[in-house]
Amino acid sequence: MNRSLESLLQLLGRAPRKPAKAELSPEVQKIYFYKKGEKVTKAQLDALHDEHHKNSKNKWRKRRWLTLIFVNLLFVVSYSLDIQLLEGALTASRFMGFHMADLNSALQVMLAHKQILINLMIGISTIFILWFILGGRTFCSWVCPYHLLAEWAEKLHLWLAPRGLAKNYTFHRGVRTVFYVIFALLALLTGYTVYEFISPTGILSRAIIYGPTLALIWVAFLLLFEVFLSRRAWCRYVCPIGITYGLVGIFSPVRITYDMRDCKHEGDCRSVCLVPHVLDVTIKNRSTDVEIGLGADCTRCGLCVDACPTNSLNFEFKGLTQKAAKPEVERSLMPESKQEQTDSKEQQS
Amino acid sequence: MNQVTNDNPEQKTTSKKNIKKKHIARGPGRRAQESRRQFLRSVALTAGVTGISLAGFIPLRGHADTRLIMRPPGALDEKNYLASCIKCGQCVQVCPVNAVKLDDLEHGFGLGSAYIDARKQACDFSCDGLQCVLACPTGSLTHNLDYAKDTRMGLAKLDKPKLCLAVAGKGFKGLARGSDYDGVLRYEEIDRWNPIPLKDHPYDVEICDLCVQACPIEQRYNQCQDGQYPSGDKNQCPPERAIGLELIEQKNGVKHMKPVIYDGCVGCGVCEMICPAEQAAIVIDYNQVTKMPLSAEYIKKSEGHS
Repeated sequence: MNRSLESLLQLLGRAPRKPAKAELSPEVQKIYFYKKGEKVTKAQLDALHDEHHKNSKNKWRKRRWLTLIFVNLLFVVSYSLDIQLLEGALTASRFMGFHMADLNSALQVMLAHKQILINLMIGISTIFILWFILGGRTFCSWVCPYHLLAEWAEKLHLWLAPRGLAKNYTFHRGVRTVFYVIFALLALLTGYTVYEFISPTGILSRAIIYGPTLALIWVAFLLLFEVFLSRRAWCRYVCPIGITYGLVGIFSPVRITYDMRDCKHEGDCRSVCLVPHVLDVTIKNRSTDVEIGLGADCTRCGLCVDACPTNSLNFEFKGLTQKAAKPEVERSLMPESKQEQTDSKEQQS
Repeated sequence: MNQVTNDNPEQKTTSKKNIKKKHIARGPGRRAQESRRQFLRSVALTAGVTGISLAGFIPLRGHADTRLIMRPPGALDEKNYLASCIKCGQCVQVCPVNAVKLDDLEHGFGLGSAYIDARKQACDFSCDGLQCVLACPTGSLTHNLDYAKDTRMGLAKLDKPKLCLAVAGKGFKGLARGSDYDGVLRYEEIDRWNPIPLKDHPYDVEICDLCVQACPIEQRYNQCQDGQYPSGDKNQCPPERAIGLELIEQKNGVKHMKPVIYDGCVGCGVCEMICPAEQAAIVIDYNQVTKMPLSAEYIKKSEGHS
């Protein structure tokens, strides 16, 4: 429960807290203690990377991009072929006749209109259950079309920034919560769904299905802002949809789990992450348990799973995922000292 | 602080001062400065994005309750319509004549909301069942509406009588909107189920009455007079006529024909669409509705809902 609260506060903008030593489980303390004596050299890390990327190159990213493109194309194909499979747009739709409503759009509409409609309630329930099971912000990285464009813009940003051609101005993450409140209040007070006017998710989804509009200029502006001035700014600091689905996913069974045992703490995962604060536990002495689920702000995009050279980060479906034994390769690549220490410790006890 | 034991106290103090200065410049001071900058940036971001989102108000100033564009059948009053429309376009997808479109930036918060440009493609009630209303997930297009006769999209008016061919005593021969026009209409006598392009349906009339001929309410009214109810449903019958040509005598004694709008008009816009004049002589005022009362079925249904 305490971790859920922590995860909620982080979603709302609180910086991750370094846990006191007493909060770390005895086993974790033991492992960190051994790691202290273990020096990981650049060559060892490189070897791990090579080994890791030889087998799986961007496995999760490939799956995710395909899913995202598939879902968005399903809308297009359904409309253009008139097969009524998935009608509407991401804000609200019918899947084989069954109502679905984007939770944030539905919230804005209900705040502005001050009425609750049966059809909308059905759509909200469907989508709530769907994303509760699938992980909440999974919507962001696996469905939202803006996420994909922003990911490409981020690639460009990361190429330009080291060459001095782009800056990364950061903002306080709490500002997204402020936006959440502002847009809720604006809908309530003005009676207009103000956020929908600037939502790149809605604008893009409609543009993909019904054809381009002038509103795409706004989306282009956002992407340029992210490329040249602030990495992933919209998703990180503004988008209320992220908070809505983040809240849905707090208790979700689908999540990324971190196993600190083999972790080399080199931070590859954090450098690729949209929301690196959820990976704060991968810093040395930050994980309180041997295995720990990432917070609600995590979009379950899987970039960290792809990046991790030690398989310390993995998708988990609570109650369904079998704890896979670590492959032998990984074990053999572990520094000798650690294995010896572990062995001797086991003999002692 | 005091370096009493030192041989050269003065020099030592200055170097210490320097260290202290450096400490302030490079240490927590810099971090505090960066966090202050980040805070200010965050405030600027909040103000900027909120400001841009509020730009959606600009085109709506003074128009809170008036429509800037024509809305599909069953649309709530403009304020409630914009509040409730979730901008998904399901109404667009089900329209058999593709009359419903989604709005762009120019009407602010109307972005993504459904509208109809009658001159390009009017709603001719081809679907009979008001598919857009059935498709709407939020009731922006009210589910109380079942029949064309209870639709209130606006009211037709003879806007430019000087352009009207009937008023000028002229007939019309050819394609109503030329061979480049893409709009479609349902011609019940040709194909009950498939609307056909206007450019495939030439007219030849001695006095132009295209607006009267094409009017879906008039067509329903006439069918009902003949005892043939549209879709076999007597409730489809409009209680009153919508439009007709009347002989008008001017003060100077000159007689001419003129389209006159009756109370049965629901403002669907087919007359505006088909008008062969360069600019439509007859247009829909989408901020007006007929005086004709709504049907008993409609009222019963809306009372049941509320």
